[in-house]
Amino acid sequence: MRPLTEEETKTMFEKLSKYIGENIKLLVDRPDGTYCFRLHNDRVYYMSEKILKLATNISRDKLISVGTCFGKFTKTKKFRLHITALDFLAPYAKFKVWVKPGAEQSFLYGNHVLKSGLGRITENTMQYQGVVVYSMADVPLGFGVAAKTTQECRRVDPMSIVVFHQADVGEFIRSEDTLT
Amino acid sequence: MGRKLDPTNKVKRGPGKKARKQQGAETELAKFLTDEETGPKRLSSRGRKRAAKRIQKSAEVTEKQPKKGFTDENSKWLKPAKRKRKVDEPENEDDSNEHWEEEDEEEEEEQELLQKKKDQGKKSGKLEEDDDDDDDEEMVDDYGTVDDGDEEAAEEGEEEDSDGEDLLPIERAAKKDKKLKEALDLESDEDDDEEEDDEEEQKSDAEMDEDDTIQTNTDEGERFRLPGAEESEMEGVTPLDLKSIHQRIKDNIDVLCNFSTKREPGKDRTEYISLLKKDLCTYYSYNSFLMEKFMDLFPLSELVDFLEANEIHRPVTIRTNTLKTRRRDLAQALINRGVNLDPLGKWSKVGLVIYDSSVPIGATPEYLAGQYMLQGASSFLPVMALSPQEGELVLDMSSAPGGKTTYIAQLMRNTGVIVANDANADRLKSVVGNIHRLGVTNTVVSNYDGRQFPKVMGGFDRVLLDAPCSGTGVIAKDPAVKTSKDEADIRRSAHLQKELILAAIDSVNAESSTGGYLVYCTCSITVEENECVVDYALKKRNVKLVPTGLDFGTEGFTRFRERKFHPSLKLSRRFYPHSHNMDGFFVAKLKKFSNVIPTAAAGKDDAAEAPEATAALNPPEEKPTQSNKMKKTEAKEATDSPQKTNGTANIKTKGKKDSRTGPKKAKLDGETVKESEKPAEKKTLHKTARLEKKKGKTATKNRMGKNKFKKLKHMLTKHDRD
Repeated sequence: MRPLTEEETKTMFEKLSKYIGENIKLLVDRPDGTYCFRLHNDRVYYMSEKILKLATNISRDKLISVGTCFGKFTKTKKFRLHITALDFLAPYAKFKVWVKPGAEQSFLYGNHVLKSGLGRITENTMQYQGVVVYSMADVPLGFGVAAKTTQECRRVDPMSIVVFHQADVGEFIRSEDTLT
Repeated sequence: MGRKLDPTNKVKRGPGKKARKQQGAETELAKFLTDEETGPKRLSSRGRKRAAKRIQKSAEVTEKQPKKGFTDENSKWLKPAKRKRKVDEPENEDDSNEHWEEEDEEEEEEQELLQKKKDQGKKSGKLEEDDDDDDDEEMVDDYGTVDDGDEEAAEEGEEEDSDGEDLLPIERAAKKDKKLKEALDLESDEDDDEEEDDEEEQKSDAEMDEDDTIQTNTDEGERFRLPGAEESEMEGVTPLDLKSIHQRIKDNIDVLCNFSTKREPGKDRTEYISLLKKDLCTYYSYNSFLMEKFMDLFPLSELVDFLEANEIHRPVTIRTNTLKTRRRDLAQALINRGVNLDPLGKWSKVGLVIYDSSVPIGATPEYLAGQYMLQGASSFLPVMALSPQEGELVLDMSSAPGGKTTYIAQLMRNTGVIVANDANADRLKSVVGNIHRLGVTNTVVSNYDGRQFPKVMGGFDRVLLDAPCSGTGVIAKDPAVKTSKDEADIRRSAHLQKELILAAIDSVNAESSTGGYLVYCTCSITVEENECVVDYALKKRNVKLVPTGLDFGTEGFTRFRERKFHPSLKLSRRFYPHSHNMDGFFVAKLKKFSNVIPTAAAGKDDAAEAPEATAALNPPEEKPTQSNKMKKTEAKEATDSPQKTNGTANIKTKGKKDSRTGPKKAKLDGETVKESEKPAEKKTLHKTARLEKKKGKTATKNRMGKNKFKKLKHMLTKHDRD
């Protein structure tokens, strides 16, 4: 387990800010203690300092996971955000999309969100803006990228995609193995 | 032809008032008087006799039930058909009854007077019903009861059939028992004659009353013969008849419960038991080893319940994740999806039991959002017993698939730190998945063998050990256990569990301000894996059992067959599928009261000699590898202890030993101490004392006091001089 290098930190924060903007500092400076990011086996883990201290007792090959896994760095050093980070993205999300009950299941299976399934969308959403997807009961379902701006969404026909799927909670069952 | 109208008697007719007027006292009375007059006809002498008898009979019938049947000599064993009776009965009820009673009396006198009187007493209570009903029921019963060829049985059948019986079932049973005893004498005579008839009637009988079946069962029990060698061979060859095996099991248990009354004379109890075991193994598909274990654990009455409970699944239960939602809201959301559920019970605030669901419970959006977790009800219990507090350091040694770990986290509200460990790397994936799904942030997941854990990290406030076991409590989930487990498996499990529990105890910090607890649990019901392991831990480490905090469940055993355990074992709890409707489980909560690791028995006694010194001087968290060194130093201590005169020196040496300077140095210290003492006499005394020490551990008692020793030394020196 090692701290992130400058470059890695930069890449990761860039990705995160797509979804939560400048609220990143809220992630680091929390009222209940300082939290930090650490790299282990190419995965980025978010944990508090207390846990960090204890985790150092465990040898590298036996350590499986610490705190919450945010995502991993690919072989080409790009950062990929995992669904496991949803709990931290959802409360700080800047742009949100609500999905109708009928289209919930479809999104949870990994499909994109169509205009017909779109319930609500935050105003002034830019195209290709990172968004967090919620159900109508305000339960976070995943996140993705807006395919159209809010204005365009209103005009476009019902079968066109409005949100590109990136991660959804269905992955906990579908791809349990790849979480670690 | 004549008009019977009397012209003088003008009766007013018509709708008018006059017709309705009262005619006067005489005319009114005449109406009543005429009835009486017309009532009793003038009878002949025979008629009068018959009438008298009728009155008599009506009095008697209130006492005893009228017997129906054929009126010839075969009435004893031949009973009439249903339909015939219906036709016959209304016509010549009274006559047949009278006749029957006459015959009855004759027959009864011939056979047993006592029984008949009892029956009559019984029957007297029956006559309050319609005769028709009686007859119908009697007829049905007659066939059933005749199987035995006993009239007593027939009578009983009639009696028991009628609904408004005056006798309580207990009284009936008592009477039956008495009759059985008396019937024993008869049976041998009657059986031969009546067997053929019995078979005929048995076949034609469709219904049997409950009591009648008991009657026949008890007869079979008495006739419940253990199959001979030939029959057993036949059974091995012919295809299994599960129904008959089941019946035999029931009969066998019945006999064993009332062994003294129902046994076959000359047959041992063990023979019945071995037959029962074989049948149970065949019927429920167990191997003989497991069946024997269960027969030791449960009394026969519970055994079948337990085996039946293992055939069906326990209800599906879920645990609300209070980090993300409340039970109320979750229940509402699931009900909206079409799930039929209920709170789990008074003992849990987060459990819900699912009766049925139109959607898959493991794939609802609520599940994926991490609002609940599928978990067996018995898995709630160890975490409830552990009751982790906020901000503590907790270890879950065998955490896969992560249900208990996440429950601990939600009880701690994501504060403190949890270390979730498991030896199996594949299963750890599910732990990680569940942790992330349920939003747990304070966990470190590691992949160690639990036995090595004290070396990695120690000083936990609480430890949960859900030890890997043979799984005899979760047979409902995994029927393969029925046939695959044997003696070696259980022993292997028990050995591993003993090692794990010691490692777990060593990982707990006894001086923790809020904790110092270990919860040991298994999903097995065998004594070797449960009470034995806890007892072993009690002997080997400074721990004690404390109440689990679970107010339901069976208490653990304090002794089992030839083994005796520590009496505090009754604070542990056992759960069974048939009595608590959850998987078989065992939970024990231990508190560590000292971080000292007690050494082997010899050392322990010496340590007892100077308890204050050792306890005070031993630093916390001694590692087990030191125990060997301790042994050596303790042995040295033994030799030095007689030199209690130089008390302080002794303590010094002990202290030096204890500070882990190694055995060599300790020896040196001991020697120097020896040399510093006055040589000659002390050496001899010392040697004798050492010898005594080696022989027995009662040196303390044989040692003399300081002053006495000085006196003796003085005397000896004087002696030498002299």
